[in-house]
Amino acid sequence: MLVLKDVCKTFNRGSANEKVALQGIDLTVKEGDFITVIGGNGAGKSTMLNMISGAFPVDSGLVKIGGENVTNQPEHVRAKRIGRVFQDPMKGTAGDMWIEENLAIAMRRGKRRSLRWGVTKDERELYKKLLAPFDLGLEDRLQTKVSLLSGGQRQALTLLMATVQKPDILLLDEHTAALDPKTAAKVLAMTDELIKEHNLTAIMVTHNMKDAIKYGNRLIMMMNGKIIYDVSGEEKAALEVSDLLKKFEVSTGEEFANDRMLLV
Amino acid sequence: MELLASILKNLPDAVSLGLVWGIMAIGVYITFKVLDIADMTVDGTFAMGGCIVASTVASGWNPIFSTLFAILCGMAAGLVTGILHTKLKIPAILAGILTMLSLYSVDLMILGGKSNIGMSQFGENRVYTILDKLAAALGTTAKTTNIITGIVLAVVIVMGLYWFFGTEQGCLIRATGINEAMVKAQGGNTDTMKIIGLIIANGFVSLSGALVSQIQRYGDVGMGTGTIVIGLASIIIGEVIFGTKCSFKVRLASVFFGSIIYRVIIAIVLLLGFNPNNLKLLTAVLVIAALSVPVIRGYIFERKRIRANMKKYEEVETDAGA
Repeated sequence: MLVLKDVCKTFNRGSANEKVALQGIDLTVKEGDFITVIGGNGAGKSTMLNMISGAFPVDSGLVKIGGENVTNQPEHVRAKRIGRVFQDPMKGTAGDMWIEENLAIAMRRGKRRSLRWGVTKDERELYKKLLAPFDLGLEDRLQTKVSLLSGGQRQALTLLMATVQKPDILLLDEHTAALDPKTAAKVLAMTDELIKEHNLTAIMVTHNMKDAIKYGNRLIMMMNGKIIYDVSGEEKAALEVSDLLKKFEVSTGEEFANDRMLLV
Repeated sequence: MELLASILKNLPDAVSLGLVWGIMAIGVYITFKVLDIADMTVDGTFAMGGCIVASTVASGWNPIFSTLFAILCGMAAGLVTGILHTKLKIPAILAGILTMLSLYSVDLMILGGKSNIGMSQFGENRVYTILDKLAAALGTTAKTTNIITGIVLAVVIVMGLYWFFGTEQGCLIRATGINEAMVKAQGGNTDTMKIIGLIIANGFVSLSGALVSQIQRYGDVGMGTGTIVIGLASIIIGEVIFGTKCSFKVRLASVFFGSIIYRVIIAIVLLLGFNPNNLKLLTAVLVIAALSVPVIRGYIFERKRIRANMKKYEEVETDAGA
């Protein structure tokens, strides 16, 4: 579903702020894979997701999604194959527009946008049906401005917007990190349910090792712009947080000192 | 009493001017409020619309074609600013200023090197403006025709824009002004959305300039100076009256009402003996005042809060001392 071949990216090349962000990323994601990504700050996790979604051109390497070479495709063109949920709940929705207008824009991802009316009656019924299982009461508030919703509600809506047109790949960039623990757990459970229900292929960046182990069928660890650990299947299911910490110490040769990654 | 009578006498003119200038304010609304871009092209586009009409009508064009041609040229100006801003990555304000500046030379070319051209109403050089033709067709006076034309255009434009911004394409333009990251993630080309918005907005501004020049019967290379500020003043006056929480349709209409009220204010201060040379200063002060009221209100509120908070502790300390 997704193939990354030797992808490299250096930001601000040649300046004092030069930052090697990705150094030869190789990754093949099979259809139906749910991959969790962990790693310290600056390891390149978010950069990898942004690279897949086309936010910046890569220096070298190949990116294929759903069998198509998208390496040189601009962000908005390859968006038809990608669903995205960002860390910032404000980023995935248009606050000054209604819930149904946001959904209608997402409903037309990858389709030609014409001069037909933006939200149809049939759609409205569909949105009500899709929002109801979230149990947030959003189904009765279709004509409410999104800016009036809480962070958790906005993330739930963004999640629905990312999946309402089935994407080839769903990219979740620490999408629960800005939420309180209770809401985060709820949104995460919703995410898992949606992925299972629609058999989506997904990559989820997280700082929470327990979540990284609990969810998905494959786990990768990144460091300095490289994938340093890739585990799946039964081996992944048997992982413990202590295993990951050990793995990290072995590969860095130093004590694991990042508090954020230890948050459980 | 005399003043009131002369205000009433001038009211119809203020209303029709307000409606026609309101078309320009709608253009500013599209860029400034919907797209969140401060588009300075407006000053140049407005004058260009006026100059094109004055020059072509005076040379014998059918005023309908002249006006349509002015709209097209205005849209082209919007396209230029849009390309400068999105494709060449020039900051929006500077892109607008650059187009505006170049339009000044274009306007002089259109006027054949003169700084203004009149459309004479009498004598053998008499030419007919769109409003003359309408007045003849409807059998109404010039004043009535201006008002009817203004009202019809305002209604058509409000309905048309309400429809357009409700379509799939229009929704995406609105979303672009609110959250570009979201639009890109949903497969929208934000560059194209901004360009479309700028084209439509400048088309309206040019139409407004074309009509204003036909009402005042001349086009002047300097008639666009400060247009964007007048547009902002109209939008702000509309917001003060109708608020910002009402529906999109009402917000569009409020721009026209704001523009009319602005013209009425201008008419009143002129009748009170205000020097017309100082009008632009007055307009700027009006906009500054309207924009700063919420900020100043915030400062006052904050100071009150701090004082009340401190007072509480002063009392506690005195109590303890006693």
